[in-house]
Amino acid sequence: MIALWRGIPGRGRLLLAGLVVALIAAPLAADRYLLSVLTLIFYFAYVGQAWNLMMGYAGQLSLGHALYVGLGAYVAALLWLYFGIGPWLGVFAAILVAAAFGAAIGWLGFRFGVEGVYFALLTIAFAEFTRIAFDHLGFAGASAGLFLPYEERRLGEWWNLRGGQLLFYYTALLLAAGGVMLAARLARSRLGYHWLAVREDETAARALGIDAFRAKMSAVLISSAMTAVGGVFYAFYYNNLFPAQIFDIGRSIELILAPIVGGLGTVFGPVVGAFILTPLGEGLIAATETLGINAPGVKAVFYGLTLMAIISFRPSGVWPWLARILGVAERKP
Amino acid sequence: MMWSIYLNVVVQGVLTGLVYGLMALGLSVIFGVVRVVNFAHGEFAVVAMYAAFVLFNALRLDPLIAMLPIAAAFFALGFALQTLVINPFVGRPEHDQFILLVGIAIVIVNGMLMVFGPNAKAVNLPYAFDSYLIGALIIDKVRVYSAVTALAIAAALFAFFRYTRTGTAIRACADNLAGAAVVGLNVKRLYALTFGVGLACVGAAGALMVTIADAAPSLGPAYTLLAFIIVIVGGLGSMAGALVGGILIGVSEALAGFIIEPSMKSMFSFALLIAVLVLRPQGLMGRRA
Repeated sequence: MIALWRGIPGRGRLLLAGLVVALIAAPLAADRYLLSVLTLIFYFAYVGQAWNLMMGYAGQLSLGHALYVGLGAYVAALLWLYFGIGPWLGVFAAILVAAAFGAAIGWLGFRFGVEGVYFALLTIAFAEFTRIAFDHLGFAGASAGLFLPYEERRLGEWWNLRGGQLLFYYTALLLAAGGVMLAARLARSRLGYHWLAVREDETAARALGIDAFRAKMSAVLISSAMTAVGGVFYAFYYNNLFPAQIFDIGRSIELILAPIVGGLGTVFGPVVGAFILTPLGEGLIAATETLGINAPGVKAVFYGLTLMAIISFRPSGVWPWLARILGVAERKP
Repeated sequence: MMWSIYLNVVVQGVLTGLVYGLMALGLSVIFGVVRVVNFAHGEFAVVAMYAAFVLFNALRLDPLIAMLPIAAAFFALGFALQTLVINPFVGRPEHDQFILLVGIAIVIVNGMLMVFGPNAKAVNLPYAFDSYLIGALIIDKVRVYSAVTALAIAAALFAFFRYTRTGTAIRACADNLAGAAVVGLNVKRLYALTFGVGLACVGAAGALMVTIADAAPSLGPAYTLLAFIIVIVGGLGSMAGALVGGILIGVSEALAGFIIEPSMKSMFSFALLIAVLVLRPQGLMGRRA
């Protein structure tokens, strides 16, 4: 928190404080639909942040982050359904399971020198493998899906994440804010600098005595654990889980859009990206619906074109450029 | 008579695998020369499947014939795409190129979804259910036609790279980029040609594929991954490796689908991919870089 605050110039602090207050107060003015869009923005800002730590800071491209979302969601949902263990406890189990998978992928990848695009393929292979496995796991509902019961009498149990839109709005806001603070803290830590060194030139980093394997492993572990928490949120927010949806490669790609558009390797990039993409995507859906056009792929086509445009013309993302204009660029540590 | 059932499954797998192999060949050629990982490969195959479907419905054109104009159109598409969109990315970080092609893939697959809807579209050939009987073997005619055509195209491609001046120039770019530029080869143009050739392979493979499988947008990512698995198992940059990898994956999926369960068949491909990536990253037939 302090690390984050110190890195921001005066004008930025004012802007940030204003934004936080506005978001905390938003439910007073916003309707249910707007709150649900904001919730979605926070969710994508948070999981995007988790991915950003691994790709933006440590330079390891993962295209299988849906794996960690799915594992987190399924572990927490199964614990709740079978043993009545609530998400506040279940989240720790979810973190453990997802981090164990992350550790396995990271160990295989980094120990055997699977790099770059090959590493990305390795992450996809694990996610797809797990998707098909869950399609056949009977106790997890297999391909027919897993449903969390919607019980009227439990709706007040906020400590079990059972409640209305407002509860999920604040939970997602907390997640997104926590993600930003954690990223800011890590970016200025010893580990964060090791990540940057490994990202820029792994051989040189090694020559300086940095344990590259350790740095990359910690990036995968932190990123997978964070993403799993997002998965727990997903499970209790949507109350239904289908392997074909949650582990899908499309999910992995959806999750990396916000940080790429916002700016890889920046603390606020994923947040800015989510604030740009999600409302535009949702707006596009609403617009086609009111026009009576049935175009199921329209949002994704728009996202794809945005991705192409950003990577072609502004590969460092929107935030560094926006920050300069606003005069709130992060001070170089 | 159990063995004859297995033999049937294996033969079907080999024939389907050859078509997979042709598709993967395109990916292998593009990566081997341009060094760009075409993450939209399967999506292009699905576009070709839909093109063959439309040509069949509108003009009653057999996909085996429609394959030629489709491959030609895909060559032009690949040439334009490389020239206009991808060439500026040569020399950029690997993940930038990858993300660009992820973007292209998303646009294609969802564009298909908007135009054709999510349901599978089939080409109903008059000879779709004909088959050859050889002893205890029952072999689908369409699979034989597709596999033979795929082999012929692969052979033609092989000859192109080995015996023509352009093919030799492209190989020069792949072997030594700086050297190729020094002796005055127009590298960017050769890259565009290569991407065109790679997409022509996909176009042809997609047209052949539609005789075996129904076209659906959701096949795009699945075929992309399939092509990657084949190419990595066979060895990136090795043309023979792509065909062998295709056959290997075709047979293993056919057997897994028959013995265990059809919906679990690609699990084995993914397990194989993980094993090859970790243990033998140069692939079964590739050379270590």
